[in-house]
Amino acid sequence: MLEKALHGSRRYWTLIGILSALALVGVLAYLKQLSAGLVITGLSRDVPWGLYIAQFTFLVGVAASAVMVVLPYYLHNYKAFGRLTILGEFLAIAAVTMCMLFIFVDMGQPTRVLNVILYPTPNSLMFWDMMVLLGYLILNILIAYVTFTSEEKGVHPPSWIKPIIILSIPWAISIHTVTAFLYSGLGARPFWLTAILAPRFLASAFASGPSLLIVFCLILRKYTTFDAGEEAIKKLSQIVTYAMAINIFFVLVELFTALYSDIPEHKHHFEYLFFGLHGHNALVPFMWTSQFLAVTALVLLLFPKIRNNFTYLFVICVGIVAAIWIEKGLGMVVTGFIPSPLGKVTEYSPTLREGLITLGIYAGGFLIITVLYKIAVSVREELEA
Amino acid sequence: MYDKGKIMAGLAAFLVMITLPFWYSAATGKAGVKPDPVLPKTEKKCVESRQYMRDAHMDLLNRWRDAVVREDRHIYVSQDGTRYEMSLNNTCMKCHEERAQFCDKCHTYMGENPFCWDCHLDKKGVKGVL
Amino acid sequence: MDESRRAFLKTAGCAILGAGLAAPITRAVAGAVSADAMPGELTAGRWAIAVNVRKCLEREDCRACIDACHVAHNVPLIKDPLREIKWIWKEPFKDTFAAETHPYLEKGLAGKNVLVLCNHCDNPPCVRVCPTKATWKRPDGIVMMDQHRCIGCRYCIAGCPYGSRSFNWQDPRPFITTGIKPEYPTRMKGVVEKCTFCTERLIKGLPPACVEVCNKVAGPGTMTFGDIRDPNSEVARMLKDGFSIRRKPELGTEPQIFYLV
Repeated sequence: MLEKALHGSRRYWTLIGILSALALVGVLAYLKQLSAGLVITGLSRDVPWGLYIAQFTFLVGVAASAVMVVLPYYLHNYKAFGRLTILGEFLAIAAVTMCMLFIFVDMGQPTRVLNVILYPTPNSLMFWDMMVLLGYLILNILIAYVTFTSEEKGVHPPSWIKPIIILSIPWAISIHTVTAFLYSGLGARPFWLTAILAPRFLASAFASGPSLLIVFCLILRKYTTFDAGEEAIKKLSQIVTYAMAINIFFVLVELFTALYSDIPEHKHHFEYLFFGLHGHNALVPFMWTSQFLAVTALVLLLFPKIRNNFTYLFVICVGIVAAIWIEKGLGMVVTGFIPSPLGKVTEYSPTLREGLITLGIYAGGFLIITVLYKIAVSVREELEA
Repeated sequence: MYDKGKIMAGLAAFLVMITLPFWYSAATGKAGVKPDPVLPKTEKKCVESRQYMRDAHMDLLNRWRDAVVREDRHIYVSQDGTRYEMSLNNTCMKCHEERAQFCDKCHTYMGENPFCWDCHLDKKGVKGVL
Repeated sequence: MDESRRAFLKTAGCAILGAGLAAPITRAVAGAVSADAMPGELTAGRWAIAVNVRKCLEREDCRACIDACHVAHNVPLIKDPLREIKWIWKEPFKDTFAAETHPYLEKGLAGKNVLVLCNHCDNPPCVRVCPTKATWKRPDGIVMMDQHRCIGCRYCIAGCPYGSRSFNWQDPRPFITTGIKPEYPTRMKGVVEKCTFCTERLIKGLPPACVEVCNKVAGPGTMTFGDIRDPNSEVARMLKDGFSIRRKPELGTEPQIFYLV
């Protein structure tokens, strides 16, 4: 089946070439980070986590969102998602891989990362994060491999894969919940110390992940013979609509608690995000853009005429991915550290090298998606022939 | 087999080259450079025997590290009953003084680059040659 | 691919994986680690420090404890505030004790500098979050660091409510301008560091460097180090006789640095 990735059109190979080049740029930038240390990033004593961990947080959501396709199809026999599930699983594989790469490049001593396994520490959420991410990667690879090879051969997948697929459903929820718990158990960071963080993460994941999947489906529809199906894409867009509504509701709920209680510790962070704090306002334009995109997207999605128009849907989904990427990526991680435990505002902006490493990992992830989707497309072409 | 002649010739050339160190030193009697660590001038007895240290000094250091840092235990009783304070900086380097003259000699020869010296210091107090 | 070649590759792959997972063979250590304490070693049920804020404020420009600590432990002097490394330093009262600061506080106190360092909490959140046990709480209360184990994930920095921990964003050695002390290691890039209550001095029967130099410069009573579980210790008596506060007590971290105000 893998050999399908070795034969492709000129467009395919150009894409592979560009992504490989970008990935190489990322690797070279990372080599510099390995030798000089994390000083090449924009991180600081007050803001120890930034772009890398933000990308990890966002991508865990994308990875978890595969459940939005798996659950209806395997648990509720929603046949329309038949061709979509493999795309969702492949996306999950690429997303989890990117997550792990982002964590890896964030480590100060990456060669020691196995210490997490050698000296398991169950009271640490980071230990559990590594375990559930690894588990989810293996689960998805196994599920995708078994179900897709069975489909290619025209047989039913073996019965033992069904409980494993069912397992992947709570597991998907768990990877993002564990990631949220990484943040929401820290008394030191009042911005994160909220019970709604895990639900927020899941809601934004189920809005951004399927949106990304819709974008990929529409691209595949345009440039290849793979058609996930109109009903499938429409159903996905309904899921995105509900998820986005819940997500925006959760944001408003958070704002209410912070602003109505008027407690400085809770208020400060939202002030920083939306209005600036003590003159520091680097994130303000991003946050307003994000909220504007999110609300506009939701309003547009509420109208079936707009939602079912795939040209509009494409743009709306891109907007949703951007909005949640800003909110979860930039807005959530860095703001937890502002103000610092001693009341200082230290702003953060990534450096060029940090951006190049990030770009390189994204290129690597997209490379995986390109290769895997190529296989899916080619196999489906064969099956439909 | 296709191209039997070329393959056999290539294999023979490969075997000759891969065993070069062995037959070259046997033939010329020159084993290459031998590492010559500078031994401490005054102290003739190390914590454990020379053979044990050759084999297992890293195991010993790892045990010392865990005992001192993690278990707050500082005294080591060697096989012959002598008591030592477990410390790379203050016990080992007390006698072996300069890592460039002792530790690095064998490590460089073997192509080993242990990261002890990223943190630990010898009597000179600065990073060594590596 | 033909079936037998495929089967061979699968078996080979599993075999390599299996071999790689086999536990490394280590040799037994020849001698034995003794359970004896070092001669003169200081021990305690629970180490704590009491800082007399008023006395410390009598010498506003004093940096004796900071310099003693940073020199003894080869702490680098990094001028860039984004990457600085500090084990003990001074912060304004209004930032150290934000909850106790109000507009009608005694004149000037809000801006005056208070000594801050790792609190060696009894319920340390940094220890709870460390994924490798590179930081842990010793039986005597000291929150210790093992820089051999640290993977540099900085989760402990995120978890510390006091900002007591520093990360080595680069190799610190070029920044150790005060002359490296060979008896104490430096750290490498990519690991976290913080005050460890001078464990290397305690085993030699010496109090922490900061306490020792403070007692020399300011006389006894400004910084007092001792076993808080021992009712006869100086630190226990001081806390019984005076009014003391701690940083952010509402978080339940149970800090062991007490400030006599």
